[in-house]
Amino acid sequence: MFTLTRVEEAMTKGTERERTTGEEPSAGGRPERESRETVGTVTVENPRMVCRGVNVFYGDKQAIRNVSIDIGRNEVLAMIGPSGCGKSTFIRCLNRMNDTIEGCRVTGEILLDGVNIYDRKVDVVPLRAQVGMVFQKPNPFPKSVYENVAYGPRIHGLARDRTELDRIVETALRKAGLWEEVKDRLNEPGTGLSGGQQQRLCIARTIAVNPEIILMDEPCSALDPIATSVIEDLIFELRTQYSICIVTHSMQQAARVSQRTAYFHLGDLIEVGPTERIFTNPRHPLTQDYITGRFG
Amino acid sequence: MNSGRETAYSGEPQERRTIAVVRASLPRRYRSERRFRFFGLLAIVLSIGFLALMFASIIAQGYTAFRQTEIRLPIFFDPEVLHADALARADYGALIRHGLDRLFPDVRGRQERRELFALISSAAVYELRDFVMRDPELIGQTLEVWLKAGADIDMAVKGHFRRELPEDERRVTDRQFAWLDRLAAEGRLEKRFNRTFFTAGDSREPEQAGIWGAVCGSFFTLAVTLILSFPIGVAAAIYLEEFARRSRFTDLIEVNINNLAAVPSIVFGLLGLAVFLNFFHMPRSAPVVGGLVLTLMTLPTIIIAARSALKSVPPSIREAALGVGASRVQTVLHHVLPLALPGMLTGTIIGMARALGESAPLLMVGMVAFIVEIPKGFTDPATVLPVQIYLWADSPERAFVERTSAAILVLLAFLLVMNGAAIWLRKKYERRW
Repeated sequence: MFTLTRVEEAMTKGTERERTTGEEPSAGGRPERESRETVGTVTVENPRMVCRGVNVFYGDKQAIRNVSIDIGRNEVLAMIGPSGCGKSTFIRCLNRMNDTIEGCRVTGEILLDGVNIYDRKVDVVPLRAQVGMVFQKPNPFPKSVYENVAYGPRIHGLARDRTELDRIVETALRKAGLWEEVKDRLNEPGTGLSGGQQQRLCIARTIAVNPEIILMDEPCSALDPIATSVIEDLIFELRTQYSICIVTHSMQQAARVSQRTAYFHLGDLIEVGPTERIFTNPRHPLTQDYITGRFG
Repeated sequence: MNSGRETAYSGEPQERRTIAVVRASLPRRYRSERRFRFFGLLAIVLSIGFLALMFASIIAQGYTAFRQTEIRLPIFFDPEVLHADALARADYGALIRHGLDRLFPDVRGRQERRELFALISSAAVYELRDFVMRDPELIGQTLEVWLKAGADIDMAVKGHFRRELPEDERRVTDRQFAWLDRLAAEGRLEKRFNRTFFTAGDSREPEQAGIWGAVCGSFFTLAVTLILSFPIGVAAAIYLEEFARRSRFTDLIEVNINNLAAVPSIVFGLLGLAVFLNFFHMPRSAPVVGGLVLTLMTLPTIIIAARSALKSVPPSIREAALGVGASRVQTVLHHVLPLALPGMLTGTIIGMARALGESAPLLMVGMVAFIVEIPKGFTDPATVLPVQIYLWADSPERAFVERTSAAILVLLAFLLVMNGAAIWLRKKYERRW
C-alpha cells in the first residue's frame, strides 16, 4: 500500500511536469516536456560509446528524452523498463537502425571513438560493421547455415579466400556455441534450425563481422527457458571480447548477465548503476517499484 | 428489457445456462453457414458452367479446321510442260487439269469443266511446284498426289453446306457433290492433318491461310514487351518500395500507376500512334512498335505486382542484412529481390498473358494489316494472334469461321501455358521463412 502511493506520487509528479511545460510549442526538436534527471552515475572510465542528450522523435511524438549514458569496454549493459519505455528505440539508435524508419529523427550526440555517429560524414555501413545487432525475433536469411554466417565477412571483404572464410565461419559458430550442433549440416537452410539455434546463428552472423559492440534487442523473448539459458551463458562469455548492450524484459536475465543496468521509463533514463546495486538498492522510486514488480 | 433479462438469468439459473442459450442459437448459425456455402458453390458452378459453354462452342466450331480435305489425283509430270530451266514459272495448273480429266474423261462442257477444276484449291499449283522443285527427278513420271480441295469443297465434305438446299442457294453444285461421292468411293477423298494452318501466313484463300505469321508476330511483339517492361517495371518497383521516401511526389506516382493500370488499352494504342509513328516515324505494323505500346500497357501491372511482392518480404530480412552492415543496394539485391522474384515473375507472366490477348492498341499502330509474309524480325510488318482472329472473324468465307475458332484455340493454349508457367514458378520458388 505504501509503495503504491509512492508510485502514484511519482506518476502525478510526472504528469504535473508535463502539464507545466505542455503549453510551450514542442516543435523544432525541443522536448515536449523536461526530461527526468537520471539517478546514478552515467559515466564509466574509458568508455566505448558515449551518448549525451539523445532525443528521438517519431514524427511529432518524442520517444526518448535527453538520455545520456556511457557504454564501457567489455561490459554487459542491460536496459530494462516497462513496455513502450523506449529502450528498444534507444538501442536501435546506437547503430542507426532507426534510419530505416520513416519519420524517425535523432538529436543529441552518440560518440563512437570520439566521432558522432549521426554526423553527416559518417557512413552507416562501417558503423554497422563495428556495432552489430541481434534482433528480438531470430531472423536468419533463408539461406544455408554457412551462407548466413559468411554473408557479413563476404560483403565486407574480410576473407581473402575460401579457406579463410571457412575459418571465420567456424570461429563465429564456435563462439556462438553452435558449431557442434551444425557442423554436419552447414549447407542446410538456417531457417530449418530450432528457435534457440536460429538465434545463436544470428549471434554467430553478427560475431563473424568481428564488431566491437553487440546490441541485442530482447534476444530471448521468443525462446524457451533452456534456449534462453544457453544464450545467457553465451552473452556472459562474449563479454570478455565485446561490449554488449542488451534490452530485456526479464529482470532476472538482466541480473544474471549484466554488470550495469539502466532503467528506462516513458522515454526517460531513470536510473543507471551497477546491476547489483540497482537490484538490491534502487534509489529512484520508479526503479524500486519496477524492480519489486509493482508495475511494468 | 433489462430486468427481463435479469430474471432470465437469476430467476431460472438451472434452465438458462450459457450452454442452453448457445444450443438454442445453433440451428440459426448453421443455417446461415449453409446458405453462405450454397451461394459460394453456386457462384463457382455458374462461372465454370459459362466457361465450359464457351470452350465447348469454340472447340465444337474449331476442331474441324485442324483437318483439311484433300483429293488424290494421278499427276503426270509432263516434260512438255515442265521445262528444266523454267520450273518456277511452268503451268502447274495444266498438270492438275490433266489429272482431273483423266479421272473424269466424260466431263466436257465449259461450265462443267470449270466446276470440276474448282474441286482443287487454286493454291494447289504452288504445292505442286514446290514438290517438283524439291525433286526434279519426278519429271516424266506419273504419281498419285494428295492435293488440297477448294475451301467450298472442304466445307461441303465437312458437312457445312447441306445438300437438301436448292442448288442455287449453295456454293457447291449437284455435279460437284456427285464427283465428290465418286472420289470418296474410290478412296481419293480424305480429311488429312492441316499442316498449312500451322505453317502459313494469312491468305485470302481459307485453305491457304495459317496462323504461323501471327504467332511469329505475337512472339516478336511480346519479346519487345518483355525485354522492356520487366526490367523497367522491376526497377521502378524497387525504387518506389525500397529507396524512395514517402512524399507527396511518390504518392502522386502511386496514384498514377494505379490509374494507368485501369486505362482502356485503346488509349495506349492512340498514344503509340501519336508518339511512335507520327513523331518518331517508326515503321508501321511493326512488332517493335506494337511491343512498345504493349510495354506501356503492361508496365503498371508489373510494377503493382512487383511492389506487392517486395512488400511481402518480411522486414526482418532487411533488418538482418542492414544489421551486419550491408548497404541498401546489397540488402535489396542479395536478400529482398531473390525472395520477391517469384512473385514478380508471376505478375510479369500474367501481364504478358494479358498483352498476348490484346488487340485494340495494336489496331492503332497498323498491326491489323493483311500480311501474307511471315515476319522475320522486329521491324517486319506483322500481325498478332488476337488481331488475326479479328481479321478472320470479319471474313465472309464460310471456311474462315472454323479457322477463327481454331486460332482462338491456339491462343487459349498459349495463355494456358503461360498462366500454368506462372503457377509452376510460384510453387517452385516459393520460400517459407
